[in-house]
Amino acid sequence: MSATTQTGTATQVYRVYVKATPQAIWDAITQPEWQVKYGYRAATAYDLRPGGDFRGLPTDAMKEFGAPDVILDGEVIEADPPRRLVQTWHALWDPEMAAESAKRLTWEIEEGQGGVTTLTVTHELDGAPKTALTVAGDDPNAGGGWAWILSDLKTLLETGTSMQG
Amino acid sequence: MTTGDDDRVFKALADPTRRFLLDRLFVDDGRTLTQLESELDMTRFGVMKHLRLLEDAGLVVARKSGREKHHYLNPVPIRLLHDRWIAKYTERNVSALGDLKNELENMV
Repeated sequence: MSATTQTGTATQVYRVYVKATPQAIWDAITQPEWQVKYGYRAATAYDLRPGGDFRGLPTDAMKEFGAPDVILDGEVIEADPPRRLVQTWHALWDPEMAAESAKRLTWEIEEGQGGVTTLTVTHELDGAPKTALTVAGDDPNAGGGWAWILSDLKTLLETGTSMQG
Repeated sequence: MTTGDDDRVFKALADPTRRFLLDRLFVDDGRTLTQLESELDMTRFGVMKHLRLLEDAGLVVARKSGREKHHYLNPVPIRLLHDRWIAKYTERNVSALGDLKNELENMV
């Protein structure tokens, strides 16, 4: 969780258990019609093949606050629907984060028992302290980060509405 | 989150050693058993047992990297507990404090 580490690693790992199919979770991660219903509600465009483009687009509210036309970019490294997505992730809405390099982000979806699926997000953040702070939810101006996004995703898929209604 | 999940998280948090381990990972994430063990006056087996309980509650995710096993703090269950149990009961107090702050600031 910390931006600087002494003996640990700069990787952050988030896991959530969701009563939903792996396909539903895959769609919630990759499809704009789902992305706009939870978390920061920004739609992203994925070209789901190795080397494919990844782009995040601002919401109207973000544009009002002066967000750029593309708020995230990156590249798809591996796409194995609905089980595994590896990509790079680079935030552009903040100059400090834009100056850091694109970081590897891995989504793993594993079907468990009783219709419960495990989603694990691993964000490798070496040399990207500002991005690490932001995605950990430790930047008071940037919302709740991955923990908030994933708990909202769980709420949306299990109840049909997100925490923001 | 089902009731069973909530129970596991509350039980995992109801122990000072396990809260200490979470605090250590919060400051310095991805630590190995050996690193965590060195800060506790407890057998390796004892620390392993606590880590296992934290893993079962979803509060810690263990990841193998080569021969090493790293332990990562997973804040999502705490976020879910917060949204279900804490935000609900503190909302009223927080807005009352906000009103008080506005009133005091407007006095000067």
